[in-house]
Amino acid sequence: MKLHVDLVSAEGQIYSGSATMVFVAAELGEVGIAPRHAPLLTRMRPGQVRIQQEGQEEQQFFVSGGVLEVQPHLVTVMADTAERAADIDEAAAEKAKQRAEENLAKADDKTDIARAQSELAEAAARLSIVKKLRSNR
Amino acid sequence: MAGGKEVKTKIKSVENTQKITKAMEMVAASKMRKAQERVEAARPYAQKIRRTIGHLAQANPDFQHPFMVEREVNRVGMIVISTDRGLCGGLNINLFRKVLGELREWDKKNVPVDIVVVGRKAASFFRRIKDIKAEVTDLGDQPHLEDLIGTIKVMLDDYREGSIDRLFLMGNEFVNTMTQRPDIQQLLPVPEDEDEELPDHWDYIYEPEPAELLESILVRYVEAQVYQGVVENVACEMAARMVAMKSASDNAGDIIDDLQLEYNKQRQAAITQELSEIVAGAAAVS
Repeated sequence: MKLHVDLVSAEGQIYSGSATMVFVAAELGEVGIAPRHAPLLTRMRPGQVRIQQEGQEEQQFFVSGGVLEVQPHLVTVMADTAERAADIDEAAAEKAKQRAEENLAKADDKTDIARAQSELAEAAARLSIVKKLRSNR
Repeated sequence: MAGGKEVKTKIKSVENTQKITKAMEMVAASKMRKAQERVEAARPYAQKIRRTIGHLAQANPDFQHPFMVEREVNRVGMIVISTDRGLCGGLNINLFRKVLGELREWDKKNVPVDIVVVGRKAASFFRRIKDIKAEVTDLGDQPHLEDLIGTIKVMLDDYREGSIDRLFLMGNEFVNTMTQRPDIQQLLPVPEDEDEELPDHWDYIYEPEPAELLESILVRYVEAQVYQGVVENVACEMAARMVAMKSASDNAGDIIDDLQLEYNKQRQAAITQELSEIVAGAAAVS
């Protein structure tokens, strides 16, 4: 009787393999999962995920939260890559909005026009050189 | 040989440009490989989360989260993913054209569209035609989910409050090195998918409440989708840049050949002229 463990984060797979026992810091306390555990779905707190294998040393991973899904022979740890909390998320959202507003305020068509003009001038200069070369032939 | 010198300088300058485009081509090629690896790496998470949502929906058929319920569309939201830098062929323009097409479609139905953008190119493009609700730029070649959370949350909050009824993700799809396709994907409500039926009826033990859990899983699901879109767009950017720089290098090579021919002709003409002058001079003396 063995468990299959997948430890994944949004940015990559961290661990995938079999285990005899897995320990995870769930929201209501640390849980130890042995094969044939009842189906469980829970959020995780920042903490360690420990994976025990037969005849091998215990492997430890740090996760900063996420979701844990347990089925009798399958453990899926969906780890967050970032610290998550309502107020941190809120601050990030606020910042994203602010960036848009700030850029809107300083966005002026003048810079776009100036850029286009300089590009046009450059293209014209290039064209005149080509023409000169062609006529020399 | 006055003209010859000018041509020689021109050749040198085109050669220098060619060196730069060649270097950019090679840099883009190696970055593309890394970006593709990151796309692959992001896949398991999205799959696992998708599966969990499926299980959850099956275990609780009567429980419906707003993120999963279709409702009448009065306003839609779009997340547009673009690159930060240019010199990548028509990648961004093709995508923007598709987005503009979508905007027109919704406009016909009298449905306003809210836009948030990822990447500097989309920011400067859509600023002229619409108010951008939120933006994130300068993600670099290795985007992190962390930087996207805020922007996504703006849209999720709007959806939760009911100010948008549908959320789309617009980005480029990596077909292969030569082809990148603008792609539209519906994020919310989460599209139904046909999952394999689980044999017996069973339910999870939930910690905490299922509603709360489903909420945090769905948020992560949407974030994972957007993250994947962003990473894939980086792969597209690098592929497009590689191709663009390759054709630029080839063009530079053609121009150098033309100029070299021009130079040889002028040199030949100068020599012929000099010779005829000497011959004529000698003839005059004798």
